[in-house]
Amino acid sequence: MVETHISPNRKQPRVAVVKFASCDGCQLSILNLEDDLLALGAAIDIAYFPEASSNMQEGPYDIAFVEGSITCPEDLPRILELRQQTTTLITIGACATSGGIQALRNWSDIAAFKQMVYPNPEYIQSLSTSTPISEHVTVNFELWGCPIDKQQLLRVITDLLQEVKPRIPIHSVCLDCKRQGHVCVLVAKGLPCLGPVTRTGCGAICPSMGRDCYGCFGPAEHDSVHPPGVPPNTTSLANQFHQHLQLIPVEMVRRFRGINGSVQSFSKESHAWEPKK
Amino acid sequence: MTLTNMPMGSDSSQTPPAQLLRREDFPQLLHALKKLGYQTLGPVVSQGAIQWKEIATPEDFPIGWKDRQEPGSYRLVPDPSPRFFNIVHGPESLKPLTFAPRETLLVLDRQDHTFSAKEIQPDTTPTAVLGVRACDLAGLGIQDQIFLHGTYPDPYYQQRRESLFLIAVNCTKAHSTCFCASMETGPKAQQGIDLSLTEADEDFLIEAGSAKGLKVLKQLTCAIASAERIKEDEERMAACAASQTRSLTKPNLPAALYEAHDHPRWDQVAARCLSCTNCTMVCPTCFCHGVEETPSLNFQQSEHTRVWDSCFTPDHGYIHGKNFRPTTKDRYRMWLTHKLASWIDQFGTSGCVGCGRCITWCPVGIDLTEEVHSLCKSTQ
Repeated sequence: MVETHISPNRKQPRVAVVKFASCDGCQLSILNLEDDLLALGAAIDIAYFPEASSNMQEGPYDIAFVEGSITCPEDLPRILELRQQTTTLITIGACATSGGIQALRNWSDIAAFKQMVYPNPEYIQSLSTSTPISEHVTVNFELWGCPIDKQQLLRVITDLLQEVKPRIPIHSVCLDCKRQGHVCVLVAKGLPCLGPVTRTGCGAICPSMGRDCYGCFGPAEHDSVHPPGVPPNTTSLANQFHQHLQLIPVEMVRRFRGINGSVQSFSKESHAWEPKK
Repeated sequence: MTLTNMPMGSDSSQTPPAQLLRREDFPQLLHALKKLGYQTLGPVVSQGAIQWKEIATPEDFPIGWKDRQEPGSYRLVPDPSPRFFNIVHGPESLKPLTFAPRETLLVLDRQDHTFSAKEIQPDTTPTAVLGVRACDLAGLGIQDQIFLHGTYPDPYYQQRRESLFLIAVNCTKAHSTCFCASMETGPKAQQGIDLSLTEADEDFLIEAGSAKGLKVLKQLTCAIASAERIKEDEERMAACAASQTRSLTKPNLPAALYEAHDHPRWDQVAARCLSCTNCTMVCPTCFCHGVEETPSLNFQQSEHTRVWDSCFTPDHGYIHGKNFRPTTKDRYRMWLTHKLASWIDQFGTSGCVGCGRCITWCPVGIDLTEEVHSLCKSTQ
């Protein structure tokens, strides 16, 4: 039995974990909390979490973690209803927070995709865009990443239980990369690392493996919920990629148009490198 | 006890003469350090650069490599030289060995209506560092001043610092990014040395800089160095200083930067700066740190952890409800002005040692010497 010592008067918040268009990886991050799962179960009341339990209780909820982006017509009433049922709505992951990898459709012809993939495309109800939750309802907190970081999730829950405003760092990946003693892959290997303009939180996983960051935690200092810091200087980094690492414009477009390609500073940078019509 | 390395002492009234240690006898030094209980760190090829790692035999040194450093670029390239210290330096100064990038200071435990605090002691294995450069020693001297010589010495830093045995290597070649000569910190190692080496292809000139160092030196098979050899090494160091192309003009420095507060150059450098923190991470003297409190989910325990911080993060200038350095221009100006000007007012020395790491390791190659030269030019 896990001792929690939380005062018996402390109310367990009712929590929902809700999915839209996504791969479920962020929800799995909750289940992957392993060592903390029992304490978590004691601290919160998991009222709705289909990925984990078939006991799905109706709202209202104190906290809702929302995974996935809005891609189908039926998503729209569903997110509005969830918002009405929820006190604190938190997006988890790149899809819910920025539109995700599926937002690459925003630059393409969705009708042509449907024609190509499905024998009867007329049955497919799909919006022409993939949009983040914050474009449709008010979001109270955002957890970035593809997938989210377990420790950040735990920290947000811990802070909410204490009734303090959750705070997670929004500086670049570089600071954590150097705290861990990794050698800069951009400077020492000439890799087009997005770390300098990407928000920290992953633990610098890619540079720790000698790989370049591809921006899965979104732009540093960017936050559509809280007052923004400085938009990351993607222009200067892109110029360095182009002039010193010899990336050609189409590679520049792809570099910034990835998992968080739809978020403003990254999308602006990718547009800047598109061939001029 | 004092932390500046102890002088030779009155019993050895004359400074022992410089000695020559043959390359094939170098393992004796490693053996002597091991016998005294030191773990020995030195430059080892790692992740495309060099980092401080354990040296068990001379083969662990990056033999056959040299480093090529330019603004925003670092490469190891093959080189036929037999030297152990052919690579000038990597991204790490001595800083991570004394001022830990992340360390838990305390663990707080709740008991009913009170709590206890358990202090976490740092790991202080006696450590010999082989291949310390003059700029690294100058950086260490500045950090000593910050962490040890104030009203409240930092016990975590102090314990790590006291466990070090420092073996310097004098520089006989410089990179285009080096400017220690103009900062008067190198190329010859000047302060806080236990032993110093000047490497040639066949042998090393070896000198003791402390009583501890002398004790080690006495265990090695050495020959007395000739006056010509000592002169030759001095000349190689002078040539290294003369070869440096970058410099900082110190005499006008603090005033010139204070006067440049509204210079348009700040906007130009801010257009290039990524605010990514890399310059402050590799800087041997940057000492900013933050403290994180990480509570457990059941609120029975909390970890109080110190981490490297940087004046380029959005949180660094944040006070309740307001960020007083919101833009990259504010942050870069704060960093450069503190490093080169207000540092002098605060500590009596410049905060820059001329190692050039902030130039090499800036992802977009911003060169602080170039910025200073432009900022000190009149705009009229």
